[in-house]
Amino acid sequence: MARSFTPKVVTANRLIQGDTVWLTANGYWSSDICEAEFITDAGTAELRMIDTETQAHLVAGAYLADAVMGEKGPKPIHFREDFRTRGPSNYAHGKQAEKVEKNV
Amino acid sequence: MYKYNNFDEDFVKERVSQFREQVSRRIDGSLTEDEFKPLRLMNGLYLQLHAYMLRVAVPYGTLNSAQMDKLAHLADTYDKGYGHFTTRQNIQYNWPKLSDVPDMLSELADVGMHAIQTSGNTIRNVTADHFAGAAADEIADPRPVAELMRQWSTDHPEFQFMPRKFKIAITGSPNDRAVTKAHDIGLRMVLLNGISGYEVIVGGGLGRTPMIGKVITDFLPQADLLPYVEAIISVWNRLGRRDNKYKSRIKITVHEHGIDKFRRLVDARFIEIRPFFSGIDQEILAKIEKQFAAPEFKIADTKGYEAVRLINPAFRSWTDTNLKQHRADGYVIVSISIKKHGATPGDATSDQMRVMADLARTYGHDELRISHEQNVILPHVHKSDLSKLYTVLRTAGLATANIGLASDIIACPGMDYCALATARSIPVAQEIAVRFDELKIEHDIGALKIKISGCINACGHHHVGHIGILGLDRAGVENYQITLGGDHTETAAIGERAGPGFSADEIVPAIERLVLGYMDLRSSPDETFLNAYHRLGVAPFKAILYPQEKANAA
Repeated sequence: MARSFTPKVVTANRLIQGDTVWLTANGYWSSDICEAEFITDAGTAELRMIDTETQAHLVAGAYLADAVMGEKGPKPIHFREDFRTRGPSNYAHGKQAEKVEKNV
Repeated sequence: MYKYNNFDEDFVKERVSQFREQVSRRIDGSLTEDEFKPLRLMNGLYLQLHAYMLRVAVPYGTLNSAQMDKLAHLADTYDKGYGHFTTRQNIQYNWPKLSDVPDMLSELADVGMHAIQTSGNTIRNVTADHFAGAAADEIADPRPVAELMRQWSTDHPEFQFMPRKFKIAITGSPNDRAVTKAHDIGLRMVLLNGISGYEVIVGGGLGRTPMIGKVITDFLPQADLLPYVEAIISVWNRLGRRDNKYKSRIKITVHEHGIDKFRRLVDARFIEIRPFFSGIDQEILAKIEKQFAAPEFKIADTKGYEAVRLINPAFRSWTDTNLKQHRADGYVIVSISIKKHGATPGDATSDQMRVMADLARTYGHDELRISHEQNVILPHVHKSDLSKLYTVLRTAGLATANIGLASDIIACPGMDYCALATARSIPVAQEIAVRFDELKIEHDIGALKIKISGCINACGHHHVGHIGILGLDRAGVENYQITLGGDHTETAAIGERAGPGFSADEIVPAIERLVLGYMDLRSSPDETFLNAYHRLGVAPFKAILYPQEKANAA
């Protein structure tokens, strides 16, 4: 029997800016995790990771991160991924301070 | 201070132009991330949680004012107006854009700086006593040898693909301020019959498997230093474990083979390679030494200084904590605290950097140092200039009188920035500092080293803190373990784990309880936390940290 699959999102850092982005269902990278594609099966997860190899000109370091579906869209489970949606706690820098751009 | 010669300048500029090409090939898609990653790491560029991070080497922690001004300029032009000084005497920029990094490196090259070998499995920035060249207790300035090693190790063809990174620290003083026993190689200058040489310590390190270094030779003549260090690294480069990242550092090699066998292998290798060192290294060293000649110290009246001390209690408090004895009459070493209560340990704004550069120019013979404790040092200040200097520091928010006290905390960037971290360390440091400031007891507590790491790799040196804090991920929640009794000096020791970890909410109250408990336990106000710990052992401190368990056992 296949192992149960925890839902995922694909996340990475933008190649030039280095900021965090998430892969949307239409294949764009969004600065907002709520717009990420919520992946619920291992097969899709694998396919999306293969797809990211064609995105090397846009992003670096893509990986799958555990997520749950919230009211506005996918949300991170682990605190590390939660920090990545906001920025550091010592300054109002990063996502928490910047206008979220929808697509790249 | 060392000034780049034509060779250094050409070399660093060539490296910048190579990296510029590599970055443009990455951006245009001709290089994949897998191909590019080792190239960017060789030039100090990491990809972190929220952005890239550029780690710039401050060689042996020494800067002049023009270099500090340049660091401020980079912070304003390419980053968010600040930089983070690290426990390896480097500076890190947390927000550069990939496309800007070649320009940043080019600007650094203009002032004789670079980011080469600040990452990767190479010999990293050689660190030194931050009071080098100024301390009253010093045999000689260790920085010329550190510069020689910088030149020798930079792009050394044998040492570009080693089992793992390699860190060297050097001190010219018997009072070890460079944590030499926790480095892959630690060098301590010693005198034998009036001739200076080195005690060589090998196989120290923190991280997952903390170890205190072992003495491989107790006296090495100066002329043999480079070939001997090369022999050590060469033996490890061959023997070191490339099969397991966690066993690859030299501390494991020395541990697995034993120091006696390791010493025999090094001695044999040394005999092989010594003849190839024709003495050119010593000629180069002699030239470097001339560049590190002490400044011309002035002679002036210090009565004004004493008078201000009497009438200004804030100034007096600052002089009590932030000054150290200088080797020249009338001079002191000034430590500028980059640990204002509630601020991020080691973070300086560009304005603060410019203020410090200007003070170095005006009152400090143009010299600055970065300490592994993440503070900035003005190594040569005459007492007659201190009150003027203090006034400027105060205006810039740089006059915190807490050097060596509870709020002078080492903290790594932790999970606020670092991709390797398992928990945050900065907020814990901020909260502890604020709490002790509220209680107004840190001067009463006295000498105390609190060191915080956000993961097992121990960049925050928690193992050698009197109180060490290690942030971990326990089942998806931040959790903080406390170690007690660590020591980073010549009597180096690894702290002992106190017991189960504390949650993010519990850790600051636990530290407060521990420190207040120590104040009750100490035999007199002069007995430091570490001395009390040595006298009493770990048990009473555990009882303070875990009162519930004590109650349950009763």
